[in-house]
Amino acid sequence: MSSNGSSEHAHSREVVSAAAVRGPLALEAISVSKDFRLGRGEVLHAVRDVSFALYRGAVVALVGESGSGKSTAARLLAGQERLTSGEIRLDGAPVEPATRRAFRRYKSDVQLVFQDPFSSLNPVHTVHHHLERPVRLHQGGKSRAEVAGEVAALLEQVRLTPAGQFTPKYPHELSGGQRQRVSFARALAAKPSVLLADEPVSMLDVSIRLEMLSLLDDLRQRFQLALLYITHDIASARYFADEVLVMYAGQIVERGPAEELTQQPAHPYTQLLVASAPDPDNLGGALRDGRAGSFRRAGGAPGGTPAARQPATAATPERGCPFAPRCPLAIDRCRSDNPALLPVSATRAAACWRLDIAAPGVLAERGGA
Amino acid sequence: MNADGPVLDITDFSVVYQTPAGDVRAVSQVNLALHPGEVVGLAGESGSGKSTLAYAVCRLLRAPALITGGSVTYRGRRVASPTDVLQLRNTELQQLRWREIAIVFQSAMNALNPVLNVRDQIVDAIRAHLRLPRKEALEKAGGLLDLVGIPRSRLRSYPHELSGGMRQRVMIAMALAADPEIVIMDEPTTALDVVVQRDILAQIVELKESLGFAVLFITHDLSLLLELADRIAVMYAGQLMEVGSAAELHHEPAHPYSRGLLNSFPSLHGPRRDLAGIPGIPPNLLQPAAGCPFLPRCAYGTDVCRTVDMHLERVASGADPDHLTACPFVLPETPPPGPPHCGAEQELQA
Repeated sequence: MSSNGSSEHAHSREVVSAAAVRGPLALEAISVSKDFRLGRGEVLHAVRDVSFALYRGAVVALVGESGSGKSTAARLLAGQERLTSGEIRLDGAPVEPATRRAFRRYKSDVQLVFQDPFSSLNPVHTVHHHLERPVRLHQGGKSRAEVAGEVAALLEQVRLTPAGQFTPKYPHELSGGQRQRVSFARALAAKPSVLLADEPVSMLDVSIRLEMLSLLDDLRQRFQLALLYITHDIASARYFADEVLVMYAGQIVERGPAEELTQQPAHPYTQLLVASAPDPDNLGGALRDGRAGSFRRAGGAPGGTPAARQPATAATPERGCPFAPRCPLAIDRCRSDNPALLPVSATRAAACWRLDIAAPGVLAERGGA
Repeated sequence: MNADGPVLDITDFSVVYQTPAGDVRAVSQVNLALHPGEVVGLAGESGSGKSTLAYAVCRLLRAPALITGGSVTYRGRRVASPTDVLQLRNTELQQLRWREIAIVFQSAMNALNPVLNVRDQIVDAIRAHLRLPRKEALEKAGGLLDLVGIPRSRLRSYPHELSGGMRQRVMIAMALAADPEIVIMDEPTTALDVVVQRDILAQIVELKESLGFAVLFITHDLSLLLELADRIAVMYAGQLMEVGSAAELHHEPAHPYSRGLLNSFPSLHGPRRDLAGIPGIPPNLLQPAAGCPFLPRCAYGTDVCRTVDMHLERVASGADPDHLTACPFVLPETPPPGPPHCGAEQELQA
């Protein structure tokens, strides 16, 4: 590891995103941070110095547990929260939605899909109303017939056919999957180049999730969308995303190509996530032996609840690596210095002082390359 | 001790919801047994009737739900003779619930009372069902928290001061207060992060091993059941589609719906598989069509399926007499029909 601190930092941006091969750069977050003041002088650092980029036609997955800051990151990108520091660039130009008109133009390009299709649609309005409004707002100057045609086309794009059957319906008349399709159609009505999908399938049944993900994938291809897929399910990220960013306590702790990162995780937190996912091929294995992955014992603090069980909260230490209190490999350095996100290969980076112990295999590959 | 027979035996059990538009057949003629110390997983999508089945078995449902047939026989160590739960009077039910059969409800967030601290809630439950003096109940409450790994100092905490995982642990501790024979768990980990989920599941298994209760575990996540459960029952449209050991369900699934479920979730471990999902939506249980309820979504379906009499039968080619399927046509060795028809799934592989 280099001892030159300043060049280390510049280095971290040189990792080539696995999503970059798909298309041109669309939306870029550069050292973005967001603090929330909690009162009594307490500050929650919801997003800390996060940098990543979305490319047209590619899927980037943002993976983390609840409270890791992944939804806040999406809201920052969507322009719904002000940045505390950092910069967001759309198609290379800095975004400063200062005026209403500039904000609306930005919203046309960057659309957000919410997690809960049960609460994100208005129960007193029909499907037609939900789609007609964004069409009028973002594609102004259309006649009534043109708007109706556009609404029908949107419904067909999300495979709600025949469209005429769905336009007069109210949300309560639709299944969860159908509602989420309406949410997708509403986002597409603005003809965006970037779609931010915040847990788009986690409220849906397992049997329907795959269909929804393949629909999203289809839309991505058809419209060359730059897609940010936010999820706590790292297994779906493996199948769906080009690049995976793992977020913990507001920071990106590891990033890399989806298959490589999930099959050979480098950061101890990513390893914990992967080890915790249900493994049907390991029938009754670890669970029935009373072992919850290899971390349970290792992370246990004597005389109380094992630290590994505690998710990151506002109480995350100000100094040091945020994962150190749960990490079985933590040493003194981890508790005093927060490691930067450093490249471990051309396309991968991790923020950990102990990669030589945590992931010797990943480092060896770097050495060979 | 009658270790041989099932501790809970559900036979030909049916439940309807009476609505102005007619009866919704939420549970139809379900047969399922739970043996002592066993973990049985009940898998199915929302609206498949899995929660209705579990609650109806404890007679926790009120009108418009109506149990229209079948029997539920409970044989615990502490009851002298087999009891038909459906015939019990209210006072007898009071004895059965919590002491013999306990439930961990789906959302710990809503199941705990937000204005009472943890100690008062646990003590309430203990005193209501075990009639212990307050001091002993207090001691027991502390012991229960020890059991699930929460420090006793948390007894004074209110639910909002606990994390989601801790609240769920409190719910589990409360369910175990009276040393029940059966614990029914309704999606106990669905709202939790994977790391916390895994911890809680491991804890459930540990407690089950040391205390010896049987678990009926309800979830829509089949991947989780494959690892957790001894036996799995797959439910669809109010009926059981397949019952078998976790290994059989995983490696030799017989019913097309089970196969569909197994092909629906991406796995983190092992090589990438072709995922197909299950196209379509579940049927309307208000006017169920004759024949197999899964037919409109089934890739194997033929005209015969419209008239077939659906009930669980032993898998004809299987070695295990306890591996049951409701589909008389598709066997574990039946090859999948043609290319999957879910459209874009190949692109997912790209």
